[in-house]
Amino acid sequence: MSNPDIKVKDISRKTGQLFTLETKDLPKLPYPYEDWEEPPIEELSEEKRAKYETNLDGIMNVQVPVPKTDEEKEQLVARFLIGLRKLLSKDSNWTFLRPLMLSLDNCVKCNTCSEACPIFEASGRAEIYRPLFRSDILRRLVNKYIRPGGKLTAKFTGADIDLNWETVSRLAQLAYRCTLCRRCAQTCPMGCDNGLLSREIRKLFSQEMGIAPSELHKDGTIKQLTTGSSTGITPLALADLMEFTEEDGEERTGMSCKIPFDKSGADILLIHNAGEFLSWPENIQAFAIIFEAAGLSWTLSSDFVGYDSVNYGLFYDDTQYARVTLKHAETARKLGVKKVVLGECGHAHKAAMAIGDRIWLGESNVPRESCMATLEDIVLNGKIKVDPERNYFPVTLHDPCNMTRSMGIVEPQRRVLRKICPQFREMTPHGVHNYCCGGGSGFAIMQSNNFPSWRSMVSGRKKMAQILNAFTREELDPKVNKYVCAPCSNCKGQIRDLLNYYDAWERCHIQYSGLVELIANCMTDAKEGFIEWDEFH
Amino acid sequence: MVAIQYLTIISVVVAFAAMIIKALRYAMAPQSMRWELYPVPHEKGKAEYGGSYLEELDWWTKPRQKDLFNELKEMAAEVILLKGVFHYNKRAWCSSWPFHFGLYLCIGWLVLLLLGAIAESTGVRVAAYGGAVWQILYYLTAGFGYAGLVLSGGGALGLLIWRSSDAAMRKFSSPIDYFNLVFFVVVAAVTLAAHLTADPGHAAMRSYVHAMITLVPVREVGTLLMLEIILISLLIMWIPLTRMSHFVAKYFLYHSVRWEDEPNKRGSKLDQVLQAQLARKIGWGAPHIDSEKTWGEAVTENTKHE
Ligand code: SF4
Ligand code: SF4
Ligand code: SF4
Repeated sequence: MSNPDIKVKDISRKTGQLFTLETKDLPKLPYPYEDWEEPPIEELSEEKRAKYETNLDGIMNVQVPVPKTDEEKEQLVARFLIGLRKLLSKDSNWTFLRPLMLSLDNCVKCNTCSEACPIFEASGRAEIYRPLFRSDILRRLVNKYIRPGGKLTAKFTGADIDLNWETVSRLAQLAYRCTLCRRCAQTCPMGCDNGLLSREIRKLFSQEMGIAPSELHKDGTIKQLTTGSSTGITPLALADLMEFTEEDGEERTGMSCKIPFDKSGADILLIHNAGEFLSWPENIQAFAIIFEAAGLSWTLSSDFVGYDSVNYGLFYDDTQYARVTLKHAETARKLGVKKVVLGECGHAHKAAMAIGDRIWLGESNVPRESCMATLEDIVLNGKIKVDPERNYFPVTLHDPCNMTRSMGIVEPQRRVLRKICPQFREMTPHGVHNYCCGGGSGFAIMQSNNFPSWRSMVSGRKKMAQILNAFTREELDPKVNKYVCAPCSNCKGQIRDLLNYYDAWERCHIQYSGLVELIANCMTDAKEGFIEWDEFH
Repeated sequence: MVAIQYLTIISVVVAFAAMIIKALRYAMAPQSMRWELYPVPHEKGKAEYGGSYLEELDWWTKPRQKDLFNELKEMAAEVILLKGVFHYNKRAWCSSWPFHFGLYLCIGWLVLLLLGAIAESTGVRVAAYGGAVWQILYYLTAGFGYAGLVLSGGGALGLLIWRSSDAAMRKFSSPIDYFNLVFFVVVAAVTLAAHLTADPGHAAMRSYVHAMITLVPVREVGTLLMLEIILISLLIMWIPLTRMSHFVAKYFLYHSVRWEDEPNKRGSKLDQVLQAQLARKIGWGAPHIDSEKTWGEAVTENTKHE
């Protein structure tokens, strides 16, 4: 390992980049990638480095501006400390204070969590990516600078850390080297949650210091709350787009692909991740032909924000999260639907159903259901006719962590796959013990600077290995088409990037898409060939 | 009463007070957002694979099916066998289980000493001879004591060796972690030595407890026993002041976070509690937040979009 000796207190080291990832340290991928040589990660330009802090690992996904003077640095550190106090305040952080206190106070430093973290493992066990490394910085800062007498006892209690601009700026970057997948939390004997702590750090930076990745904030929630969608699609543009999607869907399937909008009093309000409108219109089409064929009473909304289930606030900012989710609640209430069905998007599920459970209050509390449950009912209760032989190719399933680990939605999608895909097989491990795709917590949409390389090489590495391991050597032959089912828009984006990065279509003919595409592909009323292998990737 | 008796009383009072304060801190923290983590053991018929009621079509129309027996079973396996540690960190379990199980036995030992002391105050004799019940109590006390001390002392020693020999563990261990473990090892060793040499049947210890509950001055105790009592008193007081009282927090970590998946229903008590939270002042200072507003105002008005 290139940098084995980094200690928590080195985070405040005054000079230089704390760590440089050497690609030779990365663990080998399985067959047929044993000989795959990783190119070094691109260095950021001098100009970028002068403008933004890259003093953690030289990777950039959150833009932390370099302060111009020492005085500015001091002010920022003071601001951070104010934020830290607010994080521990019943008013400013009632939303997560209890879980935060519990995870801060009770870690016994047993390192069990390290073995569960895909990023730590796939980086070749780089110290700075150890789950405990990040949480312990926060813990030490709280114990030393907030708790009474903290400075006096710091050495004895292990709160050995210095608070300076280097600590603050590196911590901001470190909070974005975790996908919030919570796999570590599952193994913690105490129940402490390093994912939660990463998210709390992100919140402090966003809610107090205005520091957050532009893809999540400026071009994410802010854009969504001003234009209606984080993709920038306005309600007007949406109407045009859907007209084309309907026509194309009908041509493709020979079935009615009506996409109803704003049908007041419909039973179901279906909300998609707006990423599908642009990148995966076949997902929208598949939902439409399935729901129509099953005779459901359903609608989409063209209400401001109501057509985009994305809620990046979930990843970094409680206030932005609440603003977006309350818009969704408002849309559902106004339409008078019986329930909201969340489309194939893991984080949207969690935002509206699990966390949203505590903020869709009173009249706004319209029931929410996972599309996995809706689709299971349709497929298993024979509401549409299917011919599984049309899906006669190897299929494996990626479990979006938000849906499984954080919500317990595990079996419906499997029951569907077992029925319609004769060659379905699991990844190891799977279900609630799955590995994140590596694009979690907003990583999948962060496409700038050198971050995409890191995301493919490090945070997505375990998933790539799992995908390869799901197929036999014979099946990995490019003559056999294979399918990774990823019923989550973010995960799909990440898996698309992974397969591209590793050239997996050319090398192994591995393709990806969602669950509804597989259902549409085997509907006997539809034309054959909904899945267009060459087109999809 | 003599000085060490006062010390014992102070230690018990401090320990209880510290634990109650700790529990209250968590209990009184505001109702938070949901942040459960699966598997959740009370999900009837689904816990085994980590499923939840959210898998159901129209889940809100169906009666909530909770399997409290399974939750209890899971808790028991966690408390008694440290199931999670066994599953995910066998190296730690080899020392951690004997340590914890030994401590349970030690607590049992103290309880049995107390029972014996109460019995003796009614005039019976808890001894190796005499009534069958008192004989059993006598042997049980000694058995719990010796087994508990050996296991907890050995476990603490094992943890100490692990912490100081494993590079990753060493990196995250602070003086207080070593101090705590050494403290346990010393207390266990001194207590064992005291009983093996001066009080093999634990009778002297029982009469000390007897003196404590009847608030009379204790008769002369030997040096080793005196040292044992001082150390145990200090330890009882020290544990709740440190991270070692995680058993209090663990209850909340599991029941109010990890396994807390109670759905909020319209008009419910929970709904009212949550509505009330929205009146709290938001306070955050970033440009997109109006720090003077309440949560309710700040997140519904969309006032600032910087
Ligand atoms: S597993 Fe839990 S207690 Fe152990 S080091 Fe990780 S967070 Fe701390
Ligand atoms: S939440 Fe996931 S990525 Fe983050 S530290 Fe835990 S295991 Fe690693
Ligand atoms: S992107 Fe997908 S796999 Fe990754 S954290 Fe989100 S839901 Fe989980």
